[in-house]
Amino acid sequence: MSARPAIVHTLKPPRVEIGPADASTQLHPAMNQASSAPEPPLYVRTRAPEWLPRLLAPIIGLALFVALWAIIAKAGGRLPDPVSTWHSAVDVFSNPFYKKGPNDQGIGWNVLTSLGRVGIGFGAAALVGIPLGFMIGRFRFLSDMAAPIISILKPVSPLAWLPIGLMVFKAANPAAIYVIFICSLWPMIVNTAVGVRHIPRDYLNVARVLNLSEWTIFRKILFPAVLPYMITGVRLSIGVAWLVIVAAEMLTGGVGIGFWVWDEWNNLNVQHIIIAIFTVGIVGLALEQAMIVLARRFSYE
Amino acid sequence: MSERYLQIDKVRMVFETRKGPFCALEEISLDIYAGEFVSLIGHSGCGKSTLLNIVTGLLEPSDGHVFLANREITGPGPDRGVVFQNHSLLPWLTCFENVQLAAERVFGATEKRSAVKERVHRALELVQLGHAEHKYPHELSGGMKQRVGIARALSIEPKVLLLDEPFGALDALTRAHLQDELMRIVTATGSTVLMVTHDVDEAVLLSDRVVMMTNGPAATIGGILAIDLPRPRDRIALAGNKQYVALRAELLEFLYRKQMREAA
Repeated sequence: MSARPAIVHTLKPPRVEIGPADASTQLHPAMNQASSAPEPPLYVRTRAPEWLPRLLAPIIGLALFVALWAIIAKAGGRLPDPVSTWHSAVDVFSNPFYKKGPNDQGIGWNVLTSLGRVGIGFGAAALVGIPLGFMIGRFRFLSDMAAPIISILKPVSPLAWLPIGLMVFKAANPAAIYVIFICSLWPMIVNTAVGVRHIPRDYLNVARVLNLSEWTIFRKILFPAVLPYMITGVRLSIGVAWLVIVAAEMLTGGVGIGFWVWDEWNNLNVQHIIIAIFTVGIVGLALEQAMIVLARRFSYE
Repeated sequence: MSERYLQIDKVRMVFETRKGPFCALEEISLDIYAGEFVSLIGHSGCGKSTLLNIVTGLLEPSDGHVFLANREITGPGPDRGVVFQNHSLLPWLTCFENVQLAAERVFGATEKRSAVKERVHRALELVQLGHAEHKYPHELSGGMKQRVGIARALSIEPKVLLLDEPFGALDALTRAHLQDELMRIVTATGSTVLMVTHDVDEAVLLSDRVVMMTNGPAATIGGILAIDLPRPRDRIALAGNKQYVALRAELLEFLYRKQMREAA
C-alpha cells in the first residue's frame, strides 16, 4: 500500500499546477476593463490571448515529463522508452475487447471488469454507509458508540481485509468487491455524519418553528443540506476504491486492470505495465472529474 | 384592540451553566393586544431574544407561562410566524418553494394545491417580490432575502408575528426601506407583532409600545413606553415632530443613562 500516497500525488499535481495559472488569468478581466478605458495599457495588447498560457502550461509539463522519461530510459536499465511504449499502446488499444480465454483479454475488458467491481463494492458501501452516516450524525449516542470502531478500522489498509474476504466468500471476485466495500465505507459514513452535524441551526429552527413532519424535514432540509458532504464522501471513496482495486486484483487474479499489471510483470512486458499505469491514472482522473461536476451541480452557494 | 391576545405571565428563565445557574430573565409579565405592534429593546445580552424564543416555543421558561389567544404555548408551532435575523431561507429552494414549505405545512391538509400556491403568490406579492419568485436566495440581496422571510412568516396567517432583530444585518438605507414596507404590510394585514430590536429609531417608528428591558443577569421590564404617534407614520415628517423627538429622547435616556453598561 505504499503505492497509495504516490498515486494520490500523480493525480493531484495537474490541479495544483493549474492553480497559479488560474490566479493569473483571474487578473485578466480587470486588465481588459482597463483596456476599454481611454488609455489602454500597452502590455495588454502585446500579450498573447489569455487561454494560451493555460493551454500551453499542461502541454509543456507533459512534454517535460516524457523527455525526462526518455532520458532515463536512454541512460540504461530496462525501462522502455516513450516511443516504443507508444507503439505498444497503439497496438493494445487497437483491439481492446478481444477474449482469448479467461486470462488473456483486451485492456477494455480489464478496465471494465475493474470498474464493475468498484461499482458494486462502492454502491453497496453507499447503500450502507450513507444511512449509517445519517444516523450517526443525528444521534449522539450512536455517534459515541461508533466512534471507537471507526477510529480503529479507518486507518487499516483495505488490503488487510482481503484474507478475511477470501475466507468468508471462498472466491476471489467477491473478496475483491468486499475490499472495495470496506474501503469506500469509512469516507461515506464519516462525511455524511459530519454533514448532518454541520447543518446550520437556523435551518433546523425553521423546521421546528413550522413544526414540520420528520419526513418533510428529511426531504426538504436534512437531505439537501447533507448532499454536498455526501458527494465529498463519494468522491473520496471512489478515489480510494480505484486505488485499492488495482492492488486487490494483483492479489486475487482473474480479469481486471490490476491483474493485467501483474500478468504483464510475469511476462516481463514492461511497456504494458506503463500503459496500465497511464490507463489507471486516466480512468481515476475521469472518475474524480465526474464527481467534481456532480458536486458543482449540488452546491448552493 | 382591547382583547389580551398574547400573555406573558411571570416568566423566569434560568440557564444551567457550568458555573451554576444563571438567571437570564426575572418575572416578566406582559400583555399584548390583538393588532398591536410591540418592540422589545435593550442592550445586547439583556435577554430580549431569550424572551422572544420563549414565545416562539424554542425555549421553555423555567417558571411562568405564555398564552396565545388563551392557549398556553408549549412548543414551537405554526400559529406564530417567525422572522429570523439572518433570514434563514433554505438555499436549495427558490423563494416560492421556501414560502411554499410553510404554507403547505399549514394549509396543505385542508386546501387544494392550487389554493396553497395562490397563498404563496399573495404572500410574495405582499412583500413586492412577485417578480423574483423563482430565484434562489443567493441570487437576492440581503433586503430581498429578509422580505422573503417575512413573506414566509405571513403566508401561514399566524396569530402573531415574531421578529428577531429582523433588519439588524442590513445596511441603513435598506433597513429604512424595509421598515416602511413592514409598516405597510402590518397595516394591510392587521397583524399582531412582537419585535426584538436594539435600534431606538426603529422601535419608535414602528411600535405602538416599546418594552424597555433592564440589563441582565436577571433582566426584567424596566419600563413600557407608549408610542401614540398617529399612523401612517412618515419617517421624514417625524424627524422634526416634537412628540417623536421626546419619545426618542426618553428611550435613549433609559438605554444610555439608566441602563448604562460598563465598558463592554
